[in-house]
Amino acid sequence: MDVAPAPTATWPDELFELLKAHQVRQVAYVPDAGHSRLIQRCLDEPGIKAVPLTTEEEGIGLLLGAWLGGERGVLLMQSSGVGNCINMLSLSILHRTPMPMLVTMRGDFGEFNPAQVPMGNATQTVLEAMGTLVRRADHAADVAPTADATLRMAFNTFRPTATLIGQRVLGAKTFGKE
Amino acid sequence: MAMKSSGTLRRREVVGTLLSDRGELLVIAGLGAPAWDITAAGDHPRNLPLWGGMGSAATIGLGLALAQPHLPVLVITGDGEMLMGLGALATIGVQKPANLSVVVLDNEHYGETGMQRTHTGHGVDLAGMAEAAGIPRVLRVRAEAEVAPLRAAIHEKSGPLFAQVKIDAEALPLVLPPREGALLQARMRESILGPQAHLA
Repeated sequence: MDVAPAPTATWPDELFELLKAHQVRQVAYVPDAGHSRLIQRCLDEPGIKAVPLTTEEEGIGLLLGAWLGGERGVLLMQSSGVGNCINMLSLSILHRTPMPMLVTMRGDFGEFNPAQVPMGNATQTVLEAMGTLVRRADHAADVAPTADATLRMAFNTFRPTATLIGQRVLGAKTFGKE
Repeated sequence: MAMKSSGTLRRREVVGTLLSDRGELLVIAGLGAPAWDITAAGDHPRNLPLWGGMGSAATIGLGLALAQPHLPVLVITGDGEMLMGLGALATIGVQKPANLSVVVLDNEHYGETGMQRTHTGHGVDLAGMAEAAGIPRVLRVRAEAEVAPLRAAIHEKSGPLFAQVKIDAEALPLVLPPREGALLQARMRESILGPQAHLA
């Protein structure tokens, strides 16, 4: 489990407006508490096809197919899901497919669950090793501008990009232990 | 050493029939033999033969089918490639795009790596999995007479459709498509979207 944004946080709504501004038509996701409001807004938006996946790597294929058909897509996931995508990212490099990812971080800042740390600690390194352009946002005010930048770089320069939304933005779940 | 499959259909004859009079058909082929098969039937701007991304063919077809709901989209892949991305059947079962068909050429072996047996060769029922995932039209094709009706069904756009075609485990001469992925992607986009594709 991870933490959903506070009701007063505005960055999930700002991300939704960004997806609309960038004319994103397909939003692939594996459910994630950090992205819960954004996912719900995408599900409620008739102009967006929100596609739940069984594993994040399906999203890489889906976005390639969307782009073949002239539609822009975005993949929403948490950092553990990045590990599921690694070989598939070769599709984006090979075909020069815009492949923007918005990743909520676990195992990153005050993590409680030991199982989240290995992948969280490796997320940026692994993405960059596969040719993905990565930018981080560790404060709520930076999330939308950083996502805007990585969406632009994906769609304008035809490559995989990722915004990592730091666990510091969301807070770490403590499972009742402080 | 010749490997036995329970199937007897000839893969290139099947693919030749499926791609005949193809019209607007968009084709994604899984890596390995299906990519050579669609190329043997004639390379085409609306063919995207994959060179990698094993397990992704069906989801690429899904994204394309959702983006172009009026065009028929055909994924042709092998049993090994489909087995690597089984979750895609569930994801397709949820979205249910009527214009998407997934055809698995099932020779019960991994043809590119030394003809090791796949799970279908041990009795795993791929078509049953597609049914269980909620894909409404599932066909099991074993006879030559069933191939032309499958081709017609693909063009009906009344799916999503899944077909398991039992083929012989023959190894055929390679017929290689272009391997520059940027070219393969750009030519399909241009054939759908026109020159505007390159100004997106």
